[in-house]
Amino acid sequence: MTDEPLLRVTALSKYYGSRIGCEDISFDLWPGEVLAIVGESGSGKTTLLNCLATRLLPTSGTASYRMRDGQWRDLYRMSEAERRFLMRTDWGFVHQNPADGLRMTVSAGANVGERLMAVGDRHYGNIRSTAVDWLSRVEIGEERIDDEPRAFSGGMRQRLQIARNLVTGPRLVFMDEPTGGLDVSVQARLLDLLRGLVTDLGLAAIVVTHDLAVARLLSQRMMVMKNGHVVEAGLTDRVLDDPRAPYTQLLVSSILQV
Amino acid sequence: MATPLIVSEVAKAFTMHLRDGIRLPVVSNVSFSVRAGECAVLGGPSGAGKSSILKMVYGNYGVDQGQIIVDHHGQLVDLATANPRTVLAVRRDTIGYVSQFLRTVPRVSALDVVAEPLVARGVARDEAHARAAELLGRLNLPERLWSLPPATFSGGEQQRVNIARGFITDHPVLLLDEPTASLDATNREVVISLIEEKKLKGVALLGIFHDADVREAVADRIVDVTEFAAGKIAA
Amino acid sequence: MSTPATDIATYNFAYLDEQTKRMIRRAILKGIAIPGYQVPFASREMPMPYGWGTGGVQVTAAIIGPDDVLKVIDQGADDTTNAVSIRAFFQKVADVAVTTETAKATIIQTRHRIPEHPLTGGQTLVYQVPIPEPLRFLEPRETETRKMHALEEYGLMHVKLYEDIARHGRIATTYAYPVKVEGRYVMDPSPTPKFDNPKMHMSPALQLFGAGREKRIYAVPPFTKVVSLDFEDHPFEIQTFDQPCALCGAEQVYLDEVILDDKGGHMFVCSDTDHCETRQACGHRGHLSPDILETAR
Repeated sequence: MTDEPLLRVTALSKYYGSRIGCEDISFDLWPGEVLAIVGESGSGKTTLLNCLATRLLPTSGTASYRMRDGQWRDLYRMSEAERRFLMRTDWGFVHQNPADGLRMTVSAGANVGERLMAVGDRHYGNIRSTAVDWLSRVEIGEERIDDEPRAFSGGMRQRLQIARNLVTGPRLVFMDEPTGGLDVSVQARLLDLLRGLVTDLGLAAIVVTHDLAVARLLSQRMMVMKNGHVVEAGLTDRVLDDPRAPYTQLLVSSILQV
Repeated sequence: MATPLIVSEVAKAFTMHLRDGIRLPVVSNVSFSVRAGECAVLGGPSGAGKSSILKMVYGNYGVDQGQIIVDHHGQLVDLATANPRTVLAVRRDTIGYVSQFLRTVPRVSALDVVAEPLVARGVARDEAHARAAELLGRLNLPERLWSLPPATFSGGEQQRVNIARGFITDHPVLLLDEPTASLDATNREVVISLIEEKKLKGVALLGIFHDADVREAVADRIVDVTEFAAGKIAA
Repeated sequence: MSTPATDIATYNFAYLDEQTKRMIRRAILKGIAIPGYQVPFASREMPMPYGWGTGGVQVTAAIIGPDDVLKVIDQGADDTTNAVSIRAFFQKVADVAVTTETAKATIIQTRHRIPEHPLTGGQTLVYQVPIPEPLRFLEPRETETRKMHALEEYGLMHVKLYEDIARHGRIATTYAYPVKVEGRYVMDPSPTPKFDNPKMHMSPALQLFGAGREKRIYAVPPFTKVVSLDFEDHPFEIQTFDQPCALCGAEQVYLDEVILDDKGGHMFVCSDTDHCETRQACGHRGHLSPDILETAR
């Protein structure tokens, strides 16, 4: 384990006019650590995620990222070119709706290969064999490599989106409700796959979810958000087994027991 | 050598915000320590707070007051106030835990479940698998089950997977939450001998055993939890 | 003041007013300064429909002078509707000399071909461009494609070529084949056959591109590197033909297939009509030349 965090967030706030998106959020994320951000719709968790992933600019506060060369960079002071480069190499972003993260009209192989081509890979054979490898890691058969994601089921699309993100070996992946909108059985398979990949690759991840079971299975740490504020944070099992904030207790007690 | 685990003046209460904020005191003024090579057993009736104490020591429950000092790589760490990252490091290297129930993960084989703590500590997968197989063998789990996910196993089978997973590492502190609850006599004996081996290796064990025979066999000392009943003022 | 009845419609030289020409020339100069970059310009309504070369016509109108000699080709031919009408247009509004001979022209406006006869310094080739944005096929958002050009993010262009190989076993794009200009901007060479791509590279002639509906002008100045995109293991290749031109016997030129009858009869002839006629005038013959057929009969 490294002595330095990967991401350092200090007093981050985002306002939409006078309305609070999220306010005064601070935390550190270490390499290989999975942080879950939970809360209901409108709690500000997606606003926070989008600020961290530089898809939104915060109103105030800073977020610094330790680049592969060990240099710390302020995310909001980087040039757009650098930021976009970071996003397609060292970062990943898994959208809730796979159609938002995939190119629906090009083949699965090209979806996976796009990042490689973006960083200058110009050997078709190598790109294709890397794509085959990644498709198999997300349990998509080689025979589907030339099919468009339009022909895939929801679960397969989501797995394809994950492969597309991981092909460049990112160190940090943002996930926005990665299992939302999937059937329960498909969800379980995806979660299990994600968990395996995160462990095997030593990925750091920030996972936004309203599903506490997802948080329990994937994350070591979690933050509970309500009305734009973090109301409770800590080890995932501590927060879930001994919830302290009134809102967290409500969330935990609201889970349906099967 | 420092005492591996010292619990000092720990207090815990639950505040139930959904029920008008009533406060349910659990324990207070919990103080005891566990030496290397010793098995301390938490004693007392159900509801006395034995499990809560174990969970606080593992960092699973928050601590309201007091200190839980553990010797982590020669450093004394207070788990009552440690940040999550430190707690995770302590769990990986210093404190092991055998819970009552196995939280099963779909599609992961029993062998992988058992080997996982070793792999997480950097042991090669093959070696971790070999040691996992050895333990599962000792615990008489039929070999045909090793490659299957434990979700469909019986309670006793799951429990043995869980025990193997807890015992496979050489954590200096091991917490045992009723590890023998659903085991038959033969396997209870295996667990007793596993505990004896841990003691010989200098591991500090802290456990809850409802089974009087097992408790008798392994306990070096009983920590009476009723002493720590919340509200009771220390004499 | 009395005006002769025949002079009712009087136009400024080359149809466009001088202010408009200046505006277009500024766009052209900017395009030349940044090879391959698409310069927006205030495209005018022209007396012909979009898709008939309004972009090329505006560029030509902005650069043409009374001493210029104009050649207009459509798919290589001087005698098709589009070529004939644009040539007539400039004869009428600029009274310039026109020619079909590549070597004699100072300005060649083209739809979808580069002449076979090598261009020389001092000549200007004006392309009519339907869709100037090479990335649009995969990324429909103009805001995004502009950003991609600005940041030189061209991975997507290879995604298209990847798809070709995945589907057809080779790069099946045969026209509008994307090129990189001077190592910087990726450019759509207009729907010329990829056969013509190598002619763009280090050409002594000035190449101007006008897209009227899309309101874009771009340029490749003389002696500029123009490289067709490809993969290391699937290098760029031009089309080859396994028979010479049926009329002039030319090889290594771009051929059109011409249907001869309703019984499947067909022949391949030069797409560049001027090139073909010049060769025939010099005595070159293909196997379907009229006089050869005459002799055979």
